[in-house]
Amino acid sequence: MEIPRHWRLKQQRYGLVGEVCPHCDYKIFPPRDVCPNCGDEAKTLYTFSGKGEVFSFTTIYEAPTGFDHAAPYTVAIVKLDEGPMVTAQLTDLGDQPIEIGMPVEMVTRKMRNDGDERGVIVYGYKFRPAVVAA
Amino acid sequence: MPNTLLTPNRPVGIVGYGSYVPRYRIAAREIARVWAGSKGGLPVKEKAVPGLDEDVITMSIEAARNAMLRAQIEPAQLRAVWVGSESHPYAVKPTSTVVAEAIGAVPHIQAGDWEFACKAGTEAMVAAMGFVGSGMADYALAIGMDTAQGKPGDALEYTAAAGGAAFIIGPAENALATLNASYSYVTDTPDFWRREYQKYPEHGVRFTGEPAYFQHITSSSKTLMAELGTTAKDYQWAVFHQPNTKFPQRAAQMLGFTPEQIAPGLLVPVIGNTYSGASIIGLTAILDIAKPGDRILLASFGSGAGSDAFDITVTDKITLRAGLARKTQEYIARRTEIDYATYARYRDKITMK
Ligand SMILES: [Zn+2]
Repeated sequence: MEIPRHWRLKQQRYGLVGEVCPHCDYKIFPPRDVCPNCGDEAKTLYTFSGKGEVFSFTTIYEAPTGFDHAAPYTVAIVKLDEGPMVTAQLTDLGDQPIEIGMPVEMVTRKMRNDGDERGVIVYGYKFRPAVVAA
Repeated sequence: MPNTLLTPNRPVGIVGYGSYVPRYRIAAREIARVWAGSKGGLPVKEKAVPGLDEDVITMSIEAARNAMLRAQIEPAQLRAVWVGSESHPYAVKPTSTVVAEAIGAVPHIQAGDWEFACKAGTEAMVAAMGFVGSGMADYALAIGMDTAQGKPGDALEYTAAAGGAAFIIGPAENALATLNASYSYVTDTPDFWRREYQKYPEHGVRFTGEPAYFQHITSSSKTLMAELGTTAKDYQWAVFHQPNTKFPQRAAQMLGFTPEQIAPGLLVPVIGNTYSGASIIGLTAILDIAKPGDRILLASFGSGAGSDAFDITVTDKITLRAGLARKTQEYIARRTEIDYATYARYRDKITMK
Protein backbone atom coordinates (compact mmCIF):
# COMPACT_ATOMS: atom_id res chain seq x y z
CA MET A 1 0.00 0.00 0.00
CA GLU A 2 1.41 3.32 -1.11
CA ILE A 3 -1.57 5.55 -0.34
CA PRO A 4 0.43 8.33 1.41
CA ARG A 5 2.76 8.63 -1.59
CA HIS A 6 -0.12 8.74 -4.10
CA TRP A 7 -1.84 11.37 -1.99
CA ARG A 8 1.27 13.54 -1.70
CA LEU A 9 1.92 13.48 -5.44
CA LYS A 10 -1.67 14.00 -6.61
CA GLN A 11 -1.39 17.62 -7.78
CA GLN A 12 1.75 16.94 -9.76
CA ARG A 13 0.29 13.75 -11.23
CA TYR A 14 -3.25 14.90 -12.04
CA GLY A 15 -2.49 18.27 -13.48
CA LEU A 16 1.21 18.32 -14.44
CA VAL A 17 1.86 20.89 -11.74
CA GLY A 18 5.57 21.71 -11.41
CA GLU A 19 7.49 24.81 -10.42
CA VAL A 20 8.85 27.95 -12.00
CA CYS A 21 12.07 29.59 -10.82
CA PRO A 22 11.32 33.13 -9.56
CA HIS A 23 14.92 34.15 -10.36
CA CYS A 24 15.49 32.92 -13.94
CA ASP A 25 11.97 31.78 -15.04
CA TYR A 26 13.20 28.22 -15.64
CA LYS A 27 10.27 25.75 -15.65
CA ILE A 28 10.78 22.70 -13.44
CA PHE A 29 9.17 19.26 -13.61
CA PRO A 30 8.94 17.22 -11.49
CA PRO A 31 9.03 19.82 -8.70
CA ARG A 32 12.27 19.74 -6.66
CA ASP A 33 12.22 23.18 -4.94
CA VAL A 34 15.70 24.04 -6.26
CA CYS A 35 16.28 25.48 -9.74
CA PRO A 36 18.48 23.16 -11.81
CA ASN A 37 19.43 26.15 -13.98
CA CYS A 38 20.60 28.78 -11.45
CA GLY A 39 20.65 26.76 -8.21
CA ASP A 40 18.41 29.15 -6.29
CA GLU A 41 15.32 28.17 -4.35
CA ALA A 42 12.28 27.66 -6.63
CA LYS A 43 9.00 26.82 -4.92
CA THR A 44 6.49 28.77 -7.03
CA LEU A 45 3.87 26.35 -8.40
CA TYR A 46 3.47 26.29 -12.16
CA THR A 47 0.84 24.39 -14.17
CA PHE A 48 2.29 23.16 -17.46
CA SER A 49 0.26 23.56 -20.66
CA GLY A 50 0.47 19.81 -21.26
CA LYS A 51 1.65 20.36 -24.84
CA GLY A 52 4.85 18.75 -26.03
CA GLU A 53 6.43 16.38 -28.52
CA VAL A 54 7.74 12.82 -28.51
CA PHE A 55 11.52 12.88 -27.95
CA SER A 56 11.99 9.11 -27.73
CA PHE A 57 9.78 6.07 -27.16
CA THR A 58 9.71 2.33 -26.53
CA THR A 59 6.99 -0.31 -26.35
CA ILE A 60 6.68 -2.45 -23.22
CA TYR A 61 5.55 -6.04 -23.79
CA GLU A 62 6.56 -7.54 -20.42
CA ALA A 63 4.93 -5.10 -18.05
CA PRO A 64 5.72 -4.78 -14.33
CA THR A 65 3.09 -5.92 -11.79
CA GLY A 66 0.14 -3.57 -11.72
CA PHE A 67 0.56 -2.55 -15.36
CA ASP A 68 0.21 -6.01 -16.93
CA HIS A 69 -3.46 -5.56 -17.83
CA ALA A 70 -2.51 -2.69 -20.16
CA ALA A 71 0.42 -4.41 -21.98
CA PRO A 72 1.59 -3.90 -24.61
CA TYR A 73 1.87 -0.14 -24.09
CA THR A 74 4.24 2.59 -25.14
CA VAL A 75 6.34 4.77 -22.87
CA ALA A 76 7.85 7.99 -24.20
CA ILE A 77 10.16 10.75 -23.16
CA VAL A 78 8.12 13.85 -23.93
CA LYS A 79 9.76 17.24 -24.36
CA LEU A 80 7.27 19.73 -22.93
CA ASP A 81 6.78 23.04 -24.77
CA GLU A 82 8.07 24.81 -21.63
CA GLY A 83 11.35 22.85 -21.76
CA PRO A 84 11.48 19.95 -19.28
CA MET A 85 11.55 16.30 -20.35
CA VAL A 86 9.04 13.96 -18.74
CA THR A 87 8.70 10.18 -19.00
CA ALA A 88 5.12 9.01 -19.40
CA GLN A 89 2.90 6.43 -21.01
CA LEU A 90 1.34 7.25 -24.38
CA THR A 91 -2.37 6.55 -24.75
CA ASP A 92 -5.24 6.79 -27.26
CA LEU A 93 -2.90 5.70 -30.04
CA GLY A 94 -5.54 3.75 -31.92
CA ASP A 95 -3.78 2.49 -35.02
CA GLN A 96 -1.70 5.65 -35.32
CA PRO A 97 2.06 5.10 -35.79
CA ILE A 98 4.31 6.94 -33.29
CA GLU A 99 7.07 9.18 -34.61
CA ILE A 100 9.83 11.20 -33.03
CA GLY A 101 8.68 14.81 -32.95
CA MET A 102 5.00 13.87 -32.96
CA PRO A 103 2.95 16.53 -31.12
CA VAL A 104 1.28 15.18 -27.99
CA GLU A 105 -0.94 16.57 -25.22
CA MET A 106 -1.37 15.64 -21.57
CA VAL A 107 -4.45 13.79 -20.36
CA THR A 108 -5.24 12.50 -16.86
CA ARG A 109 -5.86 8.77 -16.95
CA LYS A 110 -6.01 5.65 -14.78
CA MET A 111 -2.47 4.44 -14.12
CA ARG A 112 -3.18 1.29 -12.10
CA ASN A 113 -4.84 -0.08 -8.99
CA ASP A 114 -2.91 0.24 -5.75
CA GLY A 115 -2.60 -3.47 -5.06
CA ASP A 116 -5.54 -5.33 -6.62
CA GLU A 117 -9.07 -4.39 -7.70
CA ARG A 118 -9.95 -3.66 -4.07
CA GLY A 119 -7.30 -0.94 -3.84
CA VAL A 120 -7.48 2.78 -4.53
CA ILE A 121 -7.31 3.75 -8.23
CA VAL A 122 -4.17 5.73 -9.06
CA TYR A 123 -4.70 8.52 -11.62
CA GLY A 124 -1.97 10.47 -13.37
CA TYR A 125 -0.70 12.12 -16.53
CA LYS A 126 -0.24 10.36 -19.82
CA PHE A 127 0.18 11.83 -23.29
CA ARG A 128 -1.85 11.25 -26.44
CA PRO A 129 -1.44 12.35 -30.04
CA ALA A 130 -2.59 15.98 -30.22
CA VAL A 131 -6.17 16.05 -31.47
CA VAL A 132 -6.12 18.06 -34.68
CA ALA A 133 -8.94 20.57 -35.01
CA ALA A 134 -11.48 19.55 -37.67
CA MET B 1 -52.14 24.20 -10.78
CA PRO B 2 -49.48 26.31 -9.03
CA ASN B 3 -46.56 27.64 -11.04
CA THR B 4 -44.25 24.64 -11.25
CA LEU B 5 -41.44 26.28 -13.20
CA LEU B 6 -38.06 26.55 -11.53
CA THR B 7 -36.73 30.07 -11.98
CA PRO B 8 -33.80 31.46 -9.99
CA ASN B 9 -33.99 34.73 -8.00
CA ARG B 10 -30.82 35.89 -9.72
CA PRO B 11 -30.67 35.24 -13.50
CA VAL B 12 -28.20 32.44 -14.32
CA GLY B 13 -26.71 30.79 -17.36
CA ILE B 14 -24.02 28.59 -18.86
CA VAL B 15 -20.69 30.38 -18.55
CA GLY B 16 -18.61 27.56 -20.02
CA TYR B 17 -19.26 24.12 -21.47
CA GLY B 18 -17.12 21.20 -22.55
CA SER B 19 -17.60 17.69 -23.84
CA TYR B 20 -15.67 14.46 -24.13
CA VAL B 21 -16.02 11.40 -26.36
CA PRO B 22 -13.42 8.60 -26.22
CA ARG B 23 -11.55 7.60 -29.37
CA TYR B 24 -12.77 4.06 -30.00
CA ARG B 25 -15.94 3.04 -31.89
CA ILE B 26 -17.62 -0.31 -32.35
CA ALA B 27 -20.16 -0.65 -35.15
CA ALA B 28 -23.62 -1.96 -34.23
CA ARG B 29 -23.33 -4.42 -37.13
CA GLU B 30 -20.16 -5.84 -35.50
CA ILE B 31 -22.12 -6.50 -32.27
CA ALA B 32 -24.92 -8.01 -34.38
CA ARG B 33 -22.37 -10.22 -36.16
CA VAL B 34 -21.39 -11.80 -32.83
CA TRP B 35 -24.83 -12.17 -31.25
CA ALA B 36 -27.62 -11.96 -33.79
CA GLY B 37 -26.30 -12.70 -37.24
CA SER B 38 -27.41 -9.97 -39.63
CA LYS B 39 -31.11 -10.01 -38.77
CA GLY B 40 -33.14 -6.93 -37.94
CA GLY B 41 -32.59 -3.17 -37.84
CA LEU B 42 -29.91 -1.54 -35.73
CA PRO B 43 -30.63 1.26 -33.22
CA VAL B 44 -27.44 3.21 -34.01
CA LYS B 45 -24.58 3.08 -36.54
CA GLU B 46 -21.80 2.86 -33.97
CA LYS B 47 -21.02 3.71 -30.36
CA ALA B 48 -18.10 5.26 -28.49
CA VAL B 49 -15.99 2.91 -26.35
CA PRO B 50 -13.56 4.12 -23.66
CA GLY B 51 -9.93 3.00 -23.65
CA LEU B 52 -8.50 0.73 -20.94
CA ASP B 53 -7.31 3.70 -18.88
CA GLU B 54 -10.53 5.72 -19.02
CA ASP B 55 -13.43 5.96 -16.60
CA VAL B 56 -16.01 8.53 -15.50
CA ILE B 57 -13.34 10.35 -13.45
CA THR B 58 -10.83 10.77 -16.31
CA MET B 59 -13.55 11.65 -18.83
CA SER B 60 -15.11 14.19 -16.45
CA ILE B 61 -11.70 15.80 -15.94
CA GLU B 62 -11.29 16.37 -19.68
CA ALA B 63 -14.83 17.75 -20.16
CA ALA B 64 -14.33 19.99 -17.10
CA ARG B 65 -11.03 21.32 -18.48
CA ASN B 66 -12.81 22.21 -21.74
CA ALA B 67 -15.58 23.95 -19.80
CA MET B 68 -12.97 25.92 -17.81
CA LEU B 69 -11.23 27.01 -21.04
CA ARG B 70 -14.51 28.47 -22.30
CA ALA B 71 -15.60 29.99 -18.98
CA GLN B 72 -12.35 31.92 -18.56
CA ILE B 73 -12.64 31.87 -14.77
CA GLU B 74 -10.18 30.77 -12.09
CA PRO B 75 -10.73 27.28 -10.63
CA ALA B 76 -10.93 28.83 -7.14
CA GLN B 77 -14.06 30.72 -8.23
CA LEU B 78 -15.96 27.43 -8.46
CA ARG B 79 -18.00 26.70 -5.34
CA ALA B 80 -19.32 23.30 -6.40
CA VAL B 81 -18.15 20.31 -8.45
CA TRP B 82 -21.02 17.89 -9.02
CA VAL B 83 -20.81 14.78 -11.19
CA GLY B 84 -23.89 12.85 -12.30
CA SER B 85 -23.33 9.29 -13.50
CA GLU B 86 -24.49 5.71 -13.17
CA SER B 87 -20.94 4.43 -13.66
CA HIS B 88 -18.96 6.15 -10.90
CA PRO B 89 -15.68 4.18 -10.57
CA TYR B 90 -16.07 3.69 -6.82
CA ALA B 91 -19.04 2.38 -4.85
CA VAL B 92 -17.79 4.56 -1.99
CA LYS B 93 -15.42 7.51 -2.68
CA PRO B 94 -16.60 10.50 -4.65
CA THR B 95 -15.82 11.02 -8.33
CA SER B 96 -16.24 14.74 -7.77
CA THR B 97 -13.31 15.16 -5.35
CA VAL B 98 -10.82 13.73 -7.86
CA VAL B 99 -12.23 15.91 -10.64
CA ALA B 100 -12.12 18.99 -8.39
CA GLU B 101 -8.51 18.27 -7.38
CA ALA B 102 -7.43 17.73 -11.00
CA ILE B 103 -8.80 21.08 -12.18
CA GLY B 104 -7.46 22.92 -9.11
CA ALA B 105 -10.87 23.76 -7.60
CA VAL B 106 -10.24 22.39 -4.08
CA PRO B 107 -10.74 22.98 -1.17
CA HIS B 108 -13.45 25.67 -0.84
CA ILE B 109 -16.17 23.73 -2.62
CA GLN B 110 -19.22 21.58 -2.37
CA ALA B 111 -18.54 18.23 -4.03
CA GLY B 112 -20.84 15.32 -4.59
CA ASP B 113 -21.88 12.55 -6.94
CA TRP B 114 -25.41 12.50 -8.31
CA GLU B 115 -27.40 9.49 -9.37
CA PHE B 116 -30.66 9.30 -11.33
CA ALA B 117 -30.02 6.86 -14.18
CA CYS B 118 -29.57 9.00 -17.31
CA LYS B 119 -30.66 12.33 -15.84
CA ALA B 120 -28.10 12.63 -13.05
CA GLY B 121 -26.25 15.31 -15.03
CA THR B 122 -29.26 17.55 -15.59
CA GLU B 123 -30.30 17.07 -11.95
CA ALA B 124 -26.88 18.52 -11.02
CA MET B 125 -27.50 21.37 -13.48
CA VAL B 126 -30.82 22.23 -11.81
CA ALA B 127 -29.10 22.21 -8.42
CA ALA B 128 -26.38 24.48 -9.81
CA MET B 129 -29.07 26.88 -11.11
CA GLY B 130 -30.42 27.06 -7.58
CA PHE B 131 -27.01 27.35 -5.94
CA VAL B 132 -25.97 30.25 -8.17
CA GLY B 133 -29.48 31.68 -8.55
CA SER B 134 -29.87 32.07 -4.78
CA GLY B 135 -26.67 34.09 -4.61
CA MET B 136 -24.93 31.53 -2.37
CA ALA B 137 -22.31 30.89 -5.05
CA ASP B 138 -21.08 32.57 -8.20
CA TYR B 139 -20.00 29.50 -10.13
CA ALA B 140 -20.85 25.78 -9.97
CA LEU B 141 -19.65 22.94 -12.20
CA ALA B 142 -22.22 20.29 -13.16
CA ILE B 143 -21.16 17.22 -15.14
CA GLY B 144 -23.06 14.30 -16.69
CA MET B 145 -20.75 11.46 -17.76
CA ASP B 146 -21.05 7.72 -18.23
CA THR B 147 -19.23 4.60 -19.38
CA ALA B 148 -22.40 2.59 -19.81
CA GLN B 149 -22.32 -1.21 -20.04
CA GLY B 150 -24.91 -3.51 -21.58
CA LYS B 151 -25.10 -7.23 -20.93
CA PRO B 152 -23.35 -9.05 -23.79
CA GLY B 153 -25.95 -9.85 -26.45
CA ASP B 154 -28.66 -7.73 -24.77
CA ALA B 155 -30.49 -5.03 -26.78
CA LEU B 156 -28.74 -2.38 -24.68
CA GLU B 157 -25.29 -3.58 -25.73
CA TYR B 158 -25.79 -2.01 -29.17
CA THR B 159 -26.16 1.46 -27.68
CA ALA B 160 -24.54 1.61 -24.19
CA ALA B 161 -21.71 4.07 -24.81
CA ALA B 162 -19.21 6.41 -23.18
CA GLY B 163 -19.12 10.22 -23.17
CA GLY B 164 -20.63 13.29 -21.61
CA ALA B 165 -20.44 16.99 -20.94
CA ALA B 166 -19.60 19.58 -18.29
CA PHE B 167 -21.26 22.95 -17.66
CA ILE B 168 -20.16 25.86 -15.54
CA ILE B 169 -23.26 27.64 -14.30
CA GLY B 170 -22.83 31.27 -13.30
CA PRO B 171 -24.45 34.71 -13.31
CA ALA B 172 -26.42 35.46 -16.50
CA GLU B 173 -24.38 38.60 -17.21
CA ASN B 174 -21.31 36.40 -17.79
CA ALA B 175 -23.17 33.59 -19.59
CA LEU B 176 -22.85 32.39 -23.17
CA ALA B 177 -26.40 31.05 -22.82
CA THR B 178 -28.98 31.95 -20.18
CA LEU B 179 -30.94 29.24 -18.35
CA ASN B 180 -34.33 30.96 -18.26
CA ALA B 181 -36.31 28.25 -16.49
CA SER B 182 -36.49 24.52 -15.90
CA TYR B 183 -39.26 22.08 -15.07
CA SER B 184 -38.98 18.47 -13.91
CA TYR B 185 -41.53 15.67 -14.24
CA VAL B 186 -40.89 12.65 -11.98
CA THR B 187 -42.78 9.44 -11.07
CA ASP B 188 -41.87 5.99 -9.72
CA THR B 189 -41.64 3.93 -12.92
CA PRO B 190 -39.61 0.67 -12.97
CA ASP B 191 -38.38 0.74 -16.58
CA PHE B 192 -34.65 0.14 -16.00
CA TRP B 193 -32.53 -0.64 -12.95
CA ARG B 194 -29.33 -2.20 -11.66
CA ARG B 195 -29.06 -3.77 -8.21
CA GLU B 196 -25.94 -3.34 -6.10
CA TYR B 197 -23.02 -5.69 -7.01
CA GLN B 198 -24.58 -6.39 -10.41
CA LYS B 199 -22.40 -5.44 -13.35
CA TYR B 200 -25.18 -5.09 -15.93
CA PRO B 201 -28.60 -3.42 -15.73
CA GLU B 202 -32.02 -5.00 -16.22
CA HIS B 203 -34.87 -3.41 -18.12
CA GLY B 204 -38.60 -3.76 -18.54
CA VAL B 205 -38.24 -4.29 -22.33
CA ARG B 206 -41.56 -2.98 -23.77
CA PHE B 207 -42.10 -0.93 -20.63
CA THR B 208 -39.26 1.44 -21.54
CA GLY B 209 -41.08 3.32 -24.32
CA GLU B 210 -44.56 4.72 -23.76
CA PRO B 211 -44.99 4.83 -19.95
CA ALA B 212 -41.38 5.76 -19.29
CA TYR B 213 -39.47 7.70 -21.97
CA PHE B 214 -42.32 9.27 -23.94
CA GLN B 215 -44.63 10.01 -21.00
CA HIS B 216 -41.90 11.76 -19.00
CA ILE B 217 -40.03 13.61 -21.73
CA THR B 218 -43.16 14.94 -23.44
CA SER B 219 -44.75 15.91 -20.09
CA SER B 220 -41.70 17.86 -18.96
CA SER B 221 -41.35 19.62 -22.32
CA LYS B 222 -45.08 20.36 -22.72
CA THR B 223 -45.44 21.78 -19.20
CA LEU B 224 -42.33 23.92 -19.56
CA MET B 225 -43.55 25.35 -22.86
CA ALA B 226 -47.14 25.82 -21.61
CA GLU B 227 -46.00 27.76 -18.55
CA LEU B 228 -43.60 29.87 -20.59
CA GLY B 229 -46.22 30.40 -23.29
CA THR B 230 -43.94 29.03 -26.01
CA THR B 231 -44.38 26.46 -28.78
CA ALA B 232 -41.90 24.46 -30.81
CA LYS B 233 -41.75 27.31 -33.35
CA ASP B 234 -40.18 29.62 -30.76
CA TYR B 235 -37.04 27.46 -30.61
CA GLN B 236 -34.18 27.33 -33.07
CA TRP B 237 -32.99 23.99 -31.66
CA ALA B 238 -34.17 21.15 -29.45
CA VAL B 239 -32.33 18.22 -27.90
CA PHE B 240 -33.78 15.21 -26.11
CA HIS B 241 -32.37 12.25 -24.25
CA GLN B 242 -31.33 9.79 -26.95
CA PRO B 243 -31.22 6.12 -25.95
CA ASN B 244 -31.46 5.19 -29.66
CA THR B 245 -32.11 7.08 -32.88
CA LYS B 246 -35.89 6.64 -33.08
CA PHE B 247 -37.00 7.72 -29.58
CA PRO B 248 -35.78 11.35 -29.75
CA GLN B 249 -37.00 11.63 -33.36
CA ARG B 250 -40.48 10.55 -32.30
CA ALA B 251 -40.52 12.69 -29.14
CA ALA B 252 -39.56 15.70 -31.25
CA GLN B 253 -42.38 14.96 -33.69
CA MET B 254 -44.92 14.54 -30.86
CA LEU B 255 -43.91 17.97 -29.52
CA GLY B 256 -44.02 19.69 -32.91
CA PHE B 257 -40.29 19.98 -33.62
CA THR B 258 -38.89 19.42 -37.11
CA PRO B 259 -36.01 17.07 -38.00
CA GLU B 260 -33.90 20.18 -38.76
CA GLN B 261 -34.40 21.52 -35.23
CA ILE B 262 -33.00 18.35 -33.62
CA ALA B 263 -30.33 17.54 -36.23
CA PRO B 264 -27.22 19.16 -34.68
CA GLY B 265 -27.90 17.69 -31.22
CA LEU B 266 -28.80 14.17 -32.39
CA LEU B 267 -25.47 12.42 -31.80
CA VAL B 268 -26.69 8.95 -30.79
CA PRO B 269 -26.32 7.42 -34.29
CA VAL B 270 -22.54 8.03 -34.22
CA ILE B 271 -21.60 7.86 -30.51
CA GLY B 272 -24.37 5.71 -28.99
CA ASN B 273 -26.30 6.38 -25.81
CA THR B 274 -24.00 8.13 -23.36
CA TYR B 275 -26.62 7.85 -20.56
CA SER B 276 -26.08 10.79 -18.15
CA GLY B 277 -24.23 12.52 -20.98
CA ALA B 278 -26.70 11.85 -23.78
CA SER B 279 -28.95 14.92 -23.91
CA ILE B 280 -26.31 17.36 -22.64
CA ILE B 281 -23.55 16.35 -25.04
CA GLY B 282 -26.16 17.03 -27.72
CA LEU B 283 -26.53 20.49 -26.19
CA THR B 284 -22.76 21.07 -26.48
CA ALA B 285 -22.87 20.21 -30.21
CA ILE B 286 -25.69 22.74 -30.61
CA LEU B 287 -23.82 25.45 -28.67
CA ASP B 288 -20.79 24.79 -30.90
CA ILE B 289 -22.78 26.07 -33.90
CA ALA B 290 -25.36 28.35 -32.23
CA LYS B 291 -25.83 32.05 -32.96
CA PRO B 292 -26.63 34.78 -30.43
CA GLY B 293 -30.38 34.87 -29.81
CA ASP B 294 -30.98 31.18 -30.62
CA ARG B 295 -33.46 29.60 -28.21
CA ILE B 296 -32.94 25.94 -27.24
CA LEU B 297 -35.18 23.36 -25.56
CA LEU B 298 -33.27 20.66 -23.67
CA ALA B 299 -35.06 17.66 -22.12
CA SER B 300 -33.26 14.82 -20.40
CA PHE B 301 -34.73 11.51 -19.31
CA GLY B 302 -33.69 9.24 -16.49
CA SER B 303 -35.17 5.82 -15.88
CA GLY B 304 -36.93 5.30 -12.62
CA ALA B 305 -38.20 7.81 -13.96
CA GLY B 306 -38.03 11.53 -14.65
CA SER B 307 -37.27 14.27 -17.14
CA ASP B 308 -35.73 17.73 -16.68
CA ALA B 309 -36.65 20.30 -19.34
CA PHE B 310 -34.77 23.60 -19.78
CA ASP B 311 -35.46 26.80 -21.69
CA ILE B 312 -32.14 28.28 -22.88
CA THR B 313 -31.24 31.44 -24.82
CA VAL B 314 -27.82 31.85 -26.45
CA THR B 315 -26.11 35.22 -25.84
CA ASP B 316 -23.54 37.14 -27.88
CA LYS B 317 -20.75 35.74 -25.66
CA ILE B 318 -21.03 32.46 -27.60
CA THR B 319 -19.19 34.01 -30.55
CA LEU B 320 -15.95 34.38 -28.65
CA ARG B 321 -16.16 31.36 -26.33
CA ALA B 322 -17.29 28.48 -28.55
CA GLY B 323 -13.85 28.38 -30.18
CA LEU B 324 -11.84 28.39 -26.92
CA ALA B 325 -11.95 24.60 -26.51
CA ARG B 326 -12.29 21.49 -28.61
CA LYS B 327 -15.69 21.12 -30.27
CA THR B 328 -17.86 18.04 -29.85
CA GLN B 329 -17.74 17.18 -33.57
CA GLU B 330 -13.92 17.23 -33.37
CA TYR B 331 -14.05 14.50 -30.72
CA ILE B 332 -16.53 12.56 -32.87
CA ALA B 333 -14.22 12.85 -35.90
CA ARG B 334 -11.33 11.41 -33.82
CA ARG B 335 -12.33 7.83 -34.45
CA THR B 336 -10.70 4.40 -34.45
CA GLU B 337 -12.92 1.43 -35.18
CA ILE B 338 -12.40 -1.72 -33.09
CA ASP B 339 -13.74 -5.26 -33.39
CA TYR B 340 -15.77 -7.14 -30.79
CA ALA B 341 -12.73 -8.89 -29.31
CA THR B 342 -10.90 -5.61 -28.64
CA TYR B 343 -14.14 -4.12 -27.32
CA ALA B 344 -14.57 -7.08 -24.96
CA ARG B 345 -11.04 -6.48 -23.63
CA TYR B 346 -11.47 -2.69 -23.29
CA ARG B 347 -14.80 -3.09 -21.49
CA ASP B 348 -13.45 -5.68 -19.07
CA LYS B 349 -15.83 -8.36 -20.32
CA ILE B 350 -13.11 -11.03 -20.26
CA THR B 351 -12.58 -12.58 -16.83
CA MET B 352 -8.88 -13.05 -16.05
CA LYS B 353 -9.22 -14.64 -12.61
ZN1 LIG C 1 16.55 29.59 -11.72
